[in-house]
Amino acid sequence: MAYAIELILNRQIADCLAIPVFITDTEGNLLFYNEPAEEILGKRYEDTGEMAVDEWSTVFKNKDENGEVLPPAELPLVKTLTNQQPYHKTFWIESLQGRAERISVTSYPIIGRSGKFLGAVAIFWRPTEE
Amino acid sequence: MNITIHGVRGSIPTTTLETKKYGGNTSCVEVEADGWRLVLDAGSGMQHIHAGNGFRNNRVDILLTHLHIDHIQGLGFFKPLFNPESEIHIWGPASKTQSLRARLGRYFSPPLFPVYFRNLTCKLVLHEVDDSSFAIGPFHIESCHIMHPGPTLGFRVRHQRGTLAYLPDHEPALGRDGLLHDVKWLSGSDLAKEADLLLHDAQYTPEEYKDRVGWGHSSLTDALEYAALTGVKKLLLTHHDPLRSDEELEKAFRHLQETTSYQFPYALAYEGLAIQL
Repeated sequence: MAYAIELILNRQIADCLAIPVFITDTEGNLLFYNEPAEEILGKRYEDTGEMAVDEWSTVFKNKDENGEVLPPAELPLVKTLTNQQPYHKTFWIESLQGRAERISVTSYPIIGRSGKFLGAVAIFWRPTEE
Repeated sequence: MNITIHGVRGSIPTTTLETKKYGGNTSCVEVEADGWRLVLDAGSGMQHIHAGNGFRNNRVDILLTHLHIDHIQGLGFFKPLFNPESEIHIWGPASKTQSLRARLGRYFSPPLFPVYFRNLTCKLVLHEVDDSSFAIGPFHIESCHIMHPGPTLGFRVRHQRGTLAYLPDHEPALGRDGLLHDVKWLSGSDLAKEADLLLHDAQYTPEEYKDRVGWGHSSLTDALEYAALTGVKKLLLTHHDPLRSDEELEKAFRHLQETTSYQFPYALAYEGLAIQL
């Protein structure tokens, strides 16, 4: 079944951006990530295609400033999927290769013209010093 | 299921001798079966629909893909709207901000038109449509939003004798890499999938399209590729550019035939074309 036009348009925008963008369905399954996001994920969309939420959510360990593991419920994308609201947070991610990176994540819900919740977008930023 | 094409021109009607062969009226298609009648879009071609009796309850169902003027300008001149014996159903795209009545009311009011919506004498029923599925007599209709500026729907009309897909204003190639070959990511692909007949936007030549990305329309080549990806059985190219003469249209079509190879039949839609599925 084809995706809603709002998801398709978000993908097309993401495809044109130089910032990492992840697009999920309402369950958190990863539908698309763009080339800059491939660097963060360490995988290529061409190779993986869509990824189930259990699969891609384990790629990172999310930690706070003190090195404590962040519970999923505190992550912007998870909050967006739960509450259908935009969120923003800066935290640390550690890849499976053990590489740690400070990252800011902005997430927003995709709510279509009909008001239907269709999925979410997470934009990853490398934060400049505040 | 009988399909009659009443308007194939995009954007604005033309009346020149040079566009006479394919026709200068804007989008309008009549579909009839088992005594029921659908009208897909209400462009200027709507004036050629004979509003005589003989249809069930004198009922006509008008399905609007969107409310750009070239798709509604025939409404005000559709005689059954002014006949108390008629039952007219208008199905159009829903909006979060204004009702279909309010939006169509912009057209049905001075200074654009002398008659207000409330003055129409037929029995009028408006239906706001979204990503929807509904039945009209013997027809099963599916609609969903497709790529075109503003709320725009495509329609899939299914009857026991065949399936028609109607996407006259559509730019599925919008994006960095053009048409995505994974049909899940292809706008409107559920509507077009394996349809017996697809009427699809083909306003531009590929060269013209390069300068008109984002305008909401397709090139001839993208329309063909879209039909191939969705597995349609036959394609009719429509929404011809109003500046394109018959001669230029046929030249572009010949070039298409010489430079592409597809298994399914395709042709240029023209006014008066009647098809039976």
